[in-house]
Amino acid sequence: MKGLLRHRRARAGLAILAGFVLLSTVGALLAGDPAAQVAVPLSPPSWDHWFGTTGQGQDVLAQTLAGARTSLVIGFSVGLAVVAIGALIGTAAGYLGGWADDVLSTVINVFLIMPGLPLMVIIAAYLPTGSTTIALVLIVTGWAWSARVIRAQTLSLRDKDFVLAARLGGEPALRIIVLEIMPNMTSLLASAFIGATLYAIGAEVALEFLGLGDVGQVSWGTNLYWASNDSALLTEAWWTFVPTGTCVALVGLALALVNSAIDELGNPRLRYWRRAVSTPVLRRET
Amino acid sequence: MRFIARRLVFYAVAAWASLTLAFVIPRLMPGDPASVMFARFHGKLGPEAIDTLRATFGFTDAPLWEQYLSYLGNVLTGDLGVSVSYFPARVSDVIATGLVWTLFLTGMALVIAWGLGTLLGIVAAWRRGGWLDSALPPLLLFVGAFPFFWLAMLLLFLFGFTLGWTPVRHAHASHLTPEPSLAFGWSVLTHAFLPALTIVVATVGGWMLDMRNTMMSVLGEDYITLAHAKGLSPRRVMFRYAARNALLPNVTSFGMALGFVLSGSLLTEIVFSYPGQGYLLIQAVRGLDYPLIQGLFLTITLAVLAANLLVDLLYVRLDPRARGRAS
Repeated sequence: MKGLLRHRRARAGLAILAGFVLLSTVGALLAGDPAAQVAVPLSPPSWDHWFGTTGQGQDVLAQTLAGARTSLVIGFSVGLAVVAIGALIGTAAGYLGGWADDVLSTVINVFLIMPGLPLMVIIAAYLPTGSTTIALVLIVTGWAWSARVIRAQTLSLRDKDFVLAARLGGEPALRIIVLEIMPNMTSLLASAFIGATLYAIGAEVALEFLGLGDVGQVSWGTNLYWASNDSALLTEAWWTFVPTGTCVALVGLALALVNSAIDELGNPRLRYWRRAVSTPVLRRET
Repeated sequence: MRFIARRLVFYAVAAWASLTLAFVIPRLMPGDPASVMFARFHGKLGPEAIDTLRATFGFTDAPLWEQYLSYLGNVLTGDLGVSVSYFPARVSDVIATGLVWTLFLTGMALVIAWGLGTLLGIVAAWRRGGWLDSALPPLLLFVGAFPFFWLAMLLLFLFGFTLGWTPVRHAHASHLTPEPSLAFGWSVLTHAFLPALTIVVATVGGWMLDMRNTMMSVLGEDYITLAHAKGLSPRRVMFRYAARNALLPNVTSFGMALGFVLSGSLLTEIVFSYPGQGYLLIQAVRGLDYPLIQGLFLTITLAVLAANLLVDLLYVRLDPRARGRAS
């Protein structure tokens, strides 16, 4: 964690994330009720309404900030759930090996190869609308990727001497997985968590843009849904969709920055390899 | 051959899993889809239509395994039922109208993005530290951080609505009928330009970075140094020695990324009202057209599986090791 704070890219990413957390909590309170009709619909940005108003006369700034809270909460909680499931299945597959691994790997690969959007749509269309359904859909379509990375890492740790020693000492499999293997891949778990959060935010926005979420709730996805529903493009009301999209990209960028820093810190080989083989420019990066 | 056999088994399992998912998910819903649609389209759909729907879904009084078998039979014979929003058109016919456009748009954009990204990656790794290597990847990654469909909205807003340079919706001008004429071809190209541009802009960064990274590790190999020492021309070393070997992992990730690119291009179609699978999907969602949603899910998923199989076959041709290898 200390190393992470010293890393330049990680610091930039964490600062952006912290800014968004602050804006979505304190900022959203100051900006007022996002659902209230405050001015003439589709008025361009002005001193009173910095980001203009939506097709329903709501303040775009308040909507963007309130949307940040919903989207970040869904993003981070889905990220956590995805890593938990991925760790459970990934370590089980990697550690147990044999037919258990064959079965679990096949399931993982099947979920990986299925295109995400159609699967999300078919689940979200049948289940009752709401945040729970959205979260469920994101977990179902997102867990496989983290399970795959965690399985690969478990495989490489399984035959290490300290794991072998624990096994010969008669420790139960669960204890070995939790106490011997897991602590040795914290950086992988952290980067899987961030990767899953990144995915969850993007997919949530896409799903709600399609109108598959609860369109009465304010989130980044529903903001874009309403912008498109109120013909933002036809009326050239760029301010109804530009702020939300920019926020999604900023959060995505911040998560990607932190992730690349974690990769480098957690995998010294990456750094060593770069120094040994590569060029001055790459060295500057590390 | 064993490699191909293993892959074939895997794709068969994946296909069976998607068929089964499409059977199970509607049954997790409270109530049944046919009644929901009946309530929604009250008066617009006759009772015989509801019976047809019920039969398609297999929501009969028969035991579950019998429903499952008759469902599998229906799907495998290409019978996906009747669409509600395009009643009384069959789902398979509705999907067929959109398939050509999706294949055209996504295929074209995918090939352009992959080719361009790979080429840029080769050059960036070759001239590492040059302006191409230091300026382009961060910029493209930043662009890639935006939601796919949001980029589509922005491009459509800028070039379609504000500047008026490109058409803003559909796949061709409405007064033209599909025919092999110059005017129609031109219309199709101008209509596909902006959606294709969106997909290329959003994905080219990933391909470029992948290729650059594998190129970098290949460039550290001894045989590259040897090729240089032999006095071969830089261009020859770059393409015949380095890029050729770095291409292999990039082909594998081509298959892996297919689902992601397709999802993005479906959303792009929706923004541009491009009459492909994505556009049908949103129509189906808005109209609660369950048979169409289901049909689209199956078509798209099976298409992705087929495309991945093709990539695997290509991989076997490119990598001699895969031909003899057990795994």
